[in-house]
Amino acid sequence: MPLFDEKISAQLGDILKNMDGAVNLAFFTQEFECRICQDTGAFLKEFSSLSEKIKLKVYDFLKDGQEAGRLGVDKIPCICVLDAGGDDTGIKFYGLPGGYEINSFISSLLEVSGKKEPIPDDLMKRIMAVDRDVHIQVFVGLTCPHCPSAVAMAHRLALENKRIRADMIDAAVFPQLAVKHSVSGVPKIVFNDREEMVGAGPLAGFLDIIERL
Amino acid sequence: MDFNLNAVSFIAEKNFSRLDIKKTYDIMILGGGPAGLTAAVYCIRKGMSTGIIVNEVGGQVAWTSGIENYMGYRHINGVELVQKFKEQVLQFGIDYEEGRRIESVSSGPMKGVVLDDGRSFSSRALIIATGKDMRRLGVPGERELTGKGVAFCSICDAPFFSGKRVVVVGGGNSAMEAVHDLAPIASRVIIVQFLESLTADRVLIDKLESYGNVEVLYEHEVAEIRGGSSVESVEVRDRKTGKTSSISAGGVFIQIGLVPNSGFVKGVVSMNGSGEIIIDCSCNTSEAGIFAAGDVTTVPFKQIIIAGGEGAKAALSACEYVMRLT
Repeated sequence: MPLFDEKISAQLGDILKNMDGAVNLAFFTQEFECRICQDTGAFLKEFSSLSEKIKLKVYDFLKDGQEAGRLGVDKIPCICVLDAGGDDTGIKFYGLPGGYEINSFISSLLEVSGKKEPIPDDLMKRIMAVDRDVHIQVFVGLTCPHCPSAVAMAHRLALENKRIRADMIDAAVFPQLAVKHSVSGVPKIVFNDREEMVGAGPLAGFLDIIERL
Repeated sequence: MDFNLNAVSFIAEKNFSRLDIKKTYDIMILGGGPAGLTAAVYCIRKGMSTGIIVNEVGGQVAWTSGIENYMGYRHINGVELVQKFKEQVLQFGIDYEEGRRIESVSSGPMKGVVLDDGRSFSSRALIIATGKDMRRLGVPGERELTGKGVAFCSICDAPFFSGKRVVVVGGGNSAMEAVHDLAPIASRVIIVQFLESLTADRVLIDKLESYGNVEVLYEHEVAEIRGGSSVESVEVRDRKTGKTSSISAGGVFIQIGLVPNSGFVKGVVSMNGSGEIIIDCSCNTSEAGIFAAGDVTTVPFKQIIIAGGEGAKAALSACEYVMRLT
């Protein structure tokens, strides 16, 4: 049974027509004991069929360990968004980007394809000035209307500066990790396992924290 | 699997430019909810040079899951309606600033607006449509433990309290909605209500009995929220006896209504005791050239459709004011 009804398929198709270039998706999964991996796989297969600009490649987390290592994938299901040339953008989705997160997923695809909204000069300067490794983990719930904007912002930072990587993490799919970071409200954003922020602030708020890491 | 797609936000052409500090605007709109966005459409169509400063697009509407009383849509989700509003403003093009709070405004023949990043803008008229924000308790522990068990959005955060004891503060509709999100998964839900009865709609109160794990403490108030890395207990005070007691709980959902976002304009325009900006039926405030609309004002009934209408009215009043100046 298809995941998207006719109306959503048509809307998604229209939106994806706005993609400038191609985007590669590297999906890490395994065949056994991971129900959500199978659902995510089915979602990606259907989603990528909506635009010829989306190229999906499926990897086995264990058998393709080398590729997982290269992209820094440490759990599954994981969707890595790669650019047209197959280079890593630092953008990852851990879990199935359904519910409200469909919006952050589309937003990342459009941006990686080259369809980006300009960032004001002063903020752009601050993003480019980040010269250490920054890992942003955005914990979300799929019923949270405010979460996609936090995810989209973190992913945009990753896209603009190679030193930054950003993960969407569905707290319901990775409960241990959520407990480890004491997630009891979403979006919760963790920077380098050290600093944290609850709620979706403006881009400048992300930079304020990154600059003091 | 549900997909809450905001199709419009991706298709809409991006037609916003940044606010210009060197420009003198005819009208500056503060707020991006239904009142502010409607005002924007009216001002632009009248040919006014218009700017708009938005903290969160849609304001409270973006927090609403389903809307059935906005004409033209039998049922629409809040985020989607907001995107439609924004798209309608977008088609005209406007100087736009999002994600900023207003620090202060000043009156006089030329009005000034200062943002939280220090930039300031000037315009001939102002429309204040900054709406309302969730009311906080203002008790020790609330701020420190926000995101660590103290929560304000039950559809977002309820799943994290599965199997836990949870306190819901408040007795109105939003508090009951939180109870309905929590009761099926929490081990126990304790409602702390300031008044001697619940004020929510009957349909929401009637459903409480079906859960079997919900209790209500009437005429109680929260005195303190305690915890280290997360909420451990809630200290409540009996309003009749003054006695305090401690409820062990892993979470506190605060749903005690709203406060007007009017702090930045205090002393500039007149307000009522609850901080709402006093307006007349043309949306005039006590200060010439400063207009106000929507939930931040004394207008009776806070509804999306009313806020939209008030925004239109404030815009037309402001346009008239600017035209008389020149």
